[in-house]
Amino acid sequence: MTTTMTSASRGGFGYRHPRMRLAGLLTPPMLWLVVIYLGSLAALFLTAFWTVDDFTGQLVRTFTLDNFVEVFTNSSYYVVILRTIGIALLVTVFCMALGLPLAFFMANVAPVRWRPVLVALVLTPLWASYLVKVYAWRAMLQPQDGVLAWFLGPLGLDGPGYGFVGIVITLTYLWLPYMILPIYAGLTRLPVSYLDASADLGARNARTFRSVVMPMVFPSIVAGSIFTFSLSLGDYITAQIVGGKVTMLGNVVQTTYVTNLPFAAAVATIPVVIVLMYLFAVRRSGALDNL
Amino acid sequence: MHTTRLLKIAAVGSIAAITLAACGGSSDSSSEAAGGDAGGAPANEAYAGPVGDGEGAVNILAWPGYVEDGSTDPAVDWVTPFEEATGCTVNLKTFGTSDEAVKLMQGGGWDVVSASGDATLRLIYGDNVQPVNTDLVPNYADIFDGLKMQKFNSVDGVAYGIPHGRGANLVMWNTDKVTEPIDSWAPTFEADSPYKGAVTAYDSPIFIADAAVYLMATQPDLGITDPYALDQDQFDAAMALLEQQKELIGEYWSDYTKAIQAFNSGTTAIGTSWQVIANLAQAEGGAVEATKAKEGATGWSDTWMVAKDAANINCAYKWLDWIVSPEVNAQVAEWFGEAPANAKSCDLTSQSDFCDVYHATDDAYWTDVYYWNTPTAQCLDGRTDVQCVPYSDWATAWAALRS
Repeated sequence: MTTTMTSASRGGFGYRHPRMRLAGLLTPPMLWLVVIYLGSLAALFLTAFWTVDDFTGQLVRTFTLDNFVEVFTNSSYYVVILRTIGIALLVTVFCMALGLPLAFFMANVAPVRWRPVLVALVLTPLWASYLVKVYAWRAMLQPQDGVLAWFLGPLGLDGPGYGFVGIVITLTYLWLPYMILPIYAGLTRLPVSYLDASADLGARNARTFRSVVMPMVFPSIVAGSIFTFSLSLGDYITAQIVGGKVTMLGNVVQTTYVTNLPFAAAVATIPVVIVLMYLFAVRRSGALDNL
Repeated sequence: MHTTRLLKIAAVGSIAAITLAACGGSSDSSSEAAGGDAGGAPANEAYAGPVGDGEGAVNILAWPGYVEDGSTDPAVDWVTPFEEATGCTVNLKTFGTSDEAVKLMQGGGWDVVSASGDATLRLIYGDNVQPVNTDLVPNYADIFDGLKMQKFNSVDGVAYGIPHGRGANLVMWNTDKVTEPIDSWAPTFEADSPYKGAVTAYDSPIFIADAAVYLMATQPDLGITDPYALDQDQFDAAMALLEQQKELIGEYWSDYTKAIQAFNSGTTAIGTSWQVIANLAQAEGGAVEATKAKEGATGWSDTWMVAKDAANINCAYKWLDWIVSPEVNAQVAEWFGEAPANAKSCDLTSQSDFCDVYHATDDAYWTDVYYWNTPTAQCLDGRTDVQCVPYSDWATAWAALRS
């Protein structure tokens, strides 16, 4: 009953060869991902096993584990690694603490007409140059005359000045939009009927928030935290500008990559490993599905 | 099922990429370290000349303040007259430390670089620069003899650059925060300094030599004669001094504009600095002073070098001749605040006693100024009974200190 028609009479090449179509669509992004991105990471990792000539600084391609031994046995590098992770975690926590109420307001409290305006306002700082924002914070954090010092002066406190606190404040400011927007997106997907049902069942606001909103929005929070954590982990410019003499992992890489590229490569693999561990840990939370 | 197949493709692709990276990597930098020890510099030929018409552009890597085109201060411009006279448009990039300079030169694309002594030898032995044919630079003849053919700008009698001028690293202070007269590095190094938390230092491994200079005066039994030739014990003593200094430090600087702002605002009270920073800070109304400390200081005598495969070789030589010509060298020296290289510049400075103030002809002043040099395992002071610490170890020690 069904006659087999020659498929050459209908459909283009991609229609007739679905596997070729798939290959064609996938090739550019796979090339980018595998060759450019993974390939460069692999080249970086390889370099970490080499060493440099003492005088000229040229690469010497003999296999050695000295760089990794140096990083993991010299205690001053432990301090940097722990300090950098500490900064990244603190920034993530503060971004969550500031971003969640703001996103909740934008999604559930503010009139619907205001939403595009609020989103635009949250996004606007991203248009300004990174350096402009950090230098603005440098001026604000200035020990004697900065805005923060002036503000805290009457309370009898010193301003935070440049250092660990300054870095955390500045990075929190920089990455806050990256936390607010995923949470906002997650909250807008939350059906209002859930909140109504929860209220009908007798739960107060706090209970509703704890039992209904938070579980639903948790993957979005984790998605936002991926941004803030990994961006803070690799940052080095902020530490240079508002950090005083405090350094982060990125600064160690920056100071050593000219004279000792393999050592810098060994140090650079550490944040890669940390972020990979973090991503594996959050995979189960379902955050990556909603990105 | 599709996922497994895709994963297999990705795995094969990664292996391919890694193999490519491993094989492709051997083509980038030159095969083995050309002249890996201080014995043999790569055999490159200097440009035979003659210097012909310009190619239309010249790419210059320089310290800030050396190549001014009127954008910092409209009255300070020696680039525009050069461009008009030679037709070579100047493309400038400034750097903050010698390490940046070396890295940029290794990246290629530059014709001329103003290298300090802690970069010159690395560039020579790293095969990034070519010897300079001084016969093609007529103004070379008028340069002070004390600057020519030094350890850091020549190898085995072959000149690798044109001297630019010389200066010392000074101790600078904000006169609002520091009311006592300063003539020593002690307030920046000693643990009982009254300026704890407001001291600054230069953020580069070469600063270890400044600690060594201070130790030459305060711990003479360490036996340091050349702050760039430190055996392990001397090096450890210098690092210990820097650890002690770290408690006093507010911030380190490598970007000179940050240093100007820090001194002017009072965030930094005292520390290592350059004369150009003091000049610019005072021009902005800052209350700062600077002087050479009595213990001596590190300094620099920069060298204009020509990149190995400079595309604009004629424009490069025209620039070399221009920048050490009497009028221009006088302008640069006055703007930057350093002693000029050209002896005839002393009659052309707008400040009539400029050369006296900067001790251009006063050899005694320079006896305790130790020009930036590149530390090597073979001790620079000639000692053969010990190994000295090479620059790569200076860099790792500095990175560990800054952690």
